[in-house]
Amino acid sequence: MPDIPGPIVDFEQVSVRFDDTWALRKVSFKLNAGETHIILGAAGSGKTTLLKAAIGLVGVDDGDIKLFGQDITSLTEHDLYPLRSRIGVLFQEGGLFDSLSVGDNVEYPLLNRQNPNGQNRNGQSGSEPSSVERQAREALRFVELEQTFDKFPSEVSGGMRRRVGIARAIVTEPQLVLYDSPTAGLDPITANTIMALILKERDVRNTASLIVTHRYQDGELMADFRYDPQQQELLHLPKEDGARHRTRFIVMKEGEIVFFGTREELASSTDEYVKRFFKHEE
Amino acid sequence: MLASSHEGEVVAGGSLLRFLKTSLASFQEFLFLAGRAFANLFRSPHYNDDVFLQMDLIGVGSLPIVVPTGALSGAIIALQMSRALSTYGANSEVGPIVALTLVRELGPVLTALLVAGRNASGIASELGSMKVTEQIDAMRALGTDPIQKLVTPRLFATATMLPCLTVVADAIGWIAAYLIAVPLLHLVSSNYYWSSSWRALVPNDLAQGLIKPFLFGIIIALVGCYYGLRTTGGTQGVGRATTQAVVSASIWIFFVTFLIDKIFVNL
Repeated sequence: MPDIPGPIVDFEQVSVRFDDTWALRKVSFKLNAGETHIILGAAGSGKTTLLKAAIGLVGVDDGDIKLFGQDITSLTEHDLYPLRSRIGVLFQEGGLFDSLSVGDNVEYPLLNRQNPNGQNRNGQSGSEPSSVERQAREALRFVELEQTFDKFPSEVSGGMRRRVGIARAIVTEPQLVLYDSPTAGLDPITANTIMALILKERDVRNTASLIVTHRYQDGELMADFRYDPQQQELLHLPKEDGARHRTRFIVMKEGEIVFFGTREELASSTDEYVKRFFKHEE
Repeated sequence: MLASSHEGEVVAGGSLLRFLKTSLASFQEFLFLAGRAFANLFRSPHYNDDVFLQMDLIGVGSLPIVVPTGALSGAIIALQMSRALSTYGANSEVGPIVALTLVRELGPVLTALLVAGRNASGIASELGSMKVTEQIDAMRALGTDPIQKLVTPRLFATATMLPCLTVVADAIGWIAAYLIAVPLLHLVSSNYYWSSSWRALVPNDLAQGLIKPFLFGIIIALVGCYYGLRTTGGTQGVGRATTQAVVSASIWIFFVTFLIDKIFVNL
């Protein structure tokens, strides 16, 4: 896939309204390749709406959103499908298809991308099941769940479903992955495993990520660590390492961005609302 | 007193206006869904496997309820008519009456109501569950049109399977009525039952008997999909969507029956 010269995601004064409520109000930010934006905020502050607006799942009332340099606000739903197939999305509950096995769920984006205008399932128009299966197994191996290939989503645990969701999101090796509350409702150990996988994906493939989360620790992990492919483990980044600035924090309040900056800037914020999302050291 | 009565009228007028606006917007949304579902019939990709799966689920899957209902309807008509016809000494007309009642009205309407109860609810709950668990959003995010993948196959399957199920129900009902009228009640001879009932049917009746289930199939699929896809509010919302789908589909079936009868009666 060719590299995009400008930002991968570019929000310019974006506003979204549901009935009489503004879900997003004049939201602007840019996300470049290899960067991560951690989106924090109270429930109902517009975090998920922002994520959905980024790929056109929610219509925009005002402003422009550019995805891979293309303005998506003027595109029809049909024109958005090829663009969306270049993005990985992890939904809050995984969003896995109940009626498909874990393997079929992970194969789905591959088959869809191979045949955007033809039959996308069941190898009906020239797909290569063996190659597709190999890639799906590889993605499942990445999240350490290859053994669940033939199981159905209902037969695996909540944390495993989330990991399968990650495998499905990254199987096409997208340049951009959106994560909606990847650690919500999980125990701390599983939550850290999920975040380690997201970090690994970012550092192995230089993926841009938008991560909606309620946990400050998720953003802390993304900012402070990097994945070392040689040693196959997470390494702590030194304080002065420029790579830390690849991770920025967005704090949302009632549809508006009230904070945008690095972890250090978040830590030094004096705003009462923003401070709620930073874990102060005792 | 007068002022408060006036305020009450204004509030009532406001709610009525809101209700009309909401109803009109919902109907517009329904027409939009229908338009896209029909347009997708002629646009790639075609999910043939999903179409065959739905034809099996809706067509073959509904046989266990359609066959006994068809049989009992035929038997009940024969029993009821035997008494009424004997009053006028017109027992010989049992065959034509059974044939006309089943083919024109009871076969299509009863089959459609059963299929609506079984499949409009099934479609609404399946799509509703997918909606509340973000599977529909996931499908859109993965670059698949949910209307193309979910609605169009169900529309095609129901619109083609319901006429077939109706023919089966008519045939079974006709045979059941024969068993009541001929071997049990000895109203007419076997030959006369079959020949008189066959002669009674004209192309107009057969057209009604096939056009109705075709239109009912479209209604059942679209209503089920419409309520399923607009589900909100978790599992409670799924239950609500299911109920609304069955109720709406049933009312639409009677309304369309009335319209078609009006057209064919005047022909």
